[in-house]
Amino acid sequence: MSFNIVVLAKQVPDTRNVGKDAMKADGTVNRAALPAIYNPEDLNALEQALRLKSKIEGATVHILTMGPARAAEIIRESMYRGADGGYLLSGREFAGSDTLATSYALACAIRKIGKVDLIVCGRQAIDGDTAQVGPQVAEKLGLPQITYAEEILDLSKNKITVKRRLERGVEVVKGPLPMVVTVNGSAAECRPRHAKLTMKYKRAATATEKQESGNDYTDFYDSRPYLNITEWGVSDIEHDIQWLGLTGSPTKVKQIENVVFTAKESKRLTASDVEIEDLMKELIANHTIG
Amino acid sequence: MNNIFVYLEIEDGIVGDVSLELLTKGRSLAKQLNCKLEAVAAGYKLDGIGEQVFPYGVEVLHLADDKRLAPYTSLPHTSLLVNLFKEEKPQIALMGATSIGRDLGPRVSSALFSGLTADCTSLEVGTYEDKKAGKVYENLLYQIRPAFGGNIVATIVNPDCRPQMATVREGVMKKEIKDPKFAGKTRKLEVPKYVADTDFVVEVIERHMEKSKLNIKGSPIIVSGGYGVGSADNFKLLHELAATLGGEVGASRAAVDAGFSEHERQIGQTGTTVRPKLYIACGISGQIQHIAGMQESAMIIAINSDPKAPINQIADYVITGTVEDVLPKMIKYYKKNSK
Repeated sequence: MSFNIVVLAKQVPDTRNVGKDAMKADGTVNRAALPAIYNPEDLNALEQALRLKSKIEGATVHILTMGPARAAEIIRESMYRGADGGYLLSGREFAGSDTLATSYALACAIRKIGKVDLIVCGRQAIDGDTAQVGPQVAEKLGLPQITYAEEILDLSKNKITVKRRLERGVEVVKGPLPMVVTVNGSAAECRPRHAKLTMKYKRAATATEKQESGNDYTDFYDSRPYLNITEWGVSDIEHDIQWLGLTGSPTKVKQIENVVFTAKESKRLTASDVEIEDLMKELIANHTIG
Repeated sequence: MNNIFVYLEIEDGIVGDVSLELLTKGRSLAKQLNCKLEAVAAGYKLDGIGEQVFPYGVEVLHLADDKRLAPYTSLPHTSLLVNLFKEEKPQIALMGATSIGRDLGPRVSSALFSGLTADCTSLEVGTYEDKKAGKVYENLLYQIRPAFGGNIVATIVNPDCRPQMATVREGVMKKEIKDPKFAGKTRKLEVPKYVADTDFVVEVIERHMEKSKLNIKGSPIIVSGGYGVGSADNFKLLHELAATLGGEVGASRAAVDAGFSEHERQIGQTGTTVRPKLYIACGISGQIQHIAGMQESAMIIAINSDPKAPINQIADYVITGTVEDVLPKMIKYYKKNSK
């Protein structure tokens, strides 16, 4: 029996480590200086999917990502860790998508994939921190959703049981398949690359990547179909163009400002006993403490 | 019609602070836009909700009282809001950026094709010019939020779609009662008209909700640590200082990620927003996403071995030194000088 799991994943700039080099002289973010990484919570989602794959006979795990050509990197990264393959959805028609247009495009791609039993993704991506795409994909597909998942506890008789980690507590919920599950960063970390799989999938590539490499490897890839990463453009999915990209995005960015904090005039102290004691006396005297 | 709606988060019959904060904000927006403030309560045994929210100026409270609506599950609450919004056509809908609001909001916005902006730090009213279409929109909701890890602030608008939806974290807006005697109207909803039986597909088997033991948001003194504290062990010094001064311990995202401190202590754009009387930042470099959550502190002391740490710019006192050196001295001299 087949059991098809799709993991929604995103390649993101590493916004957690915006160091001094990543800021340009005018105070804007130098995006080029930020490494592109696998969105952390999507890795937690991948781990949950891989655990199910090892438990359920005939289960497969495929990655679906929307992004530029280089986003194929995270599909390969997933294959090194145990995924069976992936789909890259790419094209300028998708540019400028807000979360709703993104969700619509992903939902169209999932319909194209066909029979999908479970969709898992990270709760949110670190470049936007919105946590909207998971629930919106679910709504677009008419599927139920379980967000903030920490662990998939059970999957049997067409039902999934999930432990959710909420701000102020824990819930265990059970619902029917197919289902969309979004996974928290508090879930188990993703397993590392597997050496054999890394060797096996090292040359996995999309059509664009094969073209760019310039060599004619047609025979090589024809005899190794598992190395083909599916690449879809807008014409490969059934869609209504008005729901894609900028026109499909109800939210518009009016303005972007760099964050500049007004510097205060600060008193500089050393860690000497005298200066610390004076500070504490001052704080007590003006009733800040005590 | 075209009023401002706030979705109320309810736990054990009590309306959450985040909802009361949104009602306060919603009221001031309603005044600016010359419309009414309304609220939606969905759950079970909701008789006490009216008296909790009317003082905040709620003119109409829509009440969906049904055993099956508590505890919260995604689909029934979504259907309720979607169908109610189709009827009432609010211009703005607000909800908490909590594990409920961030589950519900996206689903409702997708069903209505209305834009949603998550985690807004400010909501304002203003105009928007679409130069391409040559159109000017008056009285739009400016949904202002940090993006890109807090390094930029974006103003988002929804020119054409309604309602304009936004979520806001707890503690970002201030709550303020309008009039303790304000009398709004309650409108009881016939739940089956809004929610289908087929919506009840996900069942909650177990549920353990804790009242937050920590009260970082309400603490007048916060001793907060970053990656520069160095270890979970050194964080004990922060706890000692906080206990001595009668404050709470907070942490930056980097310190939480490194495992020095618990997630619930995180301060910043993706954690709690605080405005204490005194904020002592220990070994915190001052990433924008952290500063966004504490810059309104009345007094800031930064302790850092790096004299050029960005946090120093917004600090009232900058102590150049290590946590191991400075904190024991602060404890010692506080004890010596306090009565």
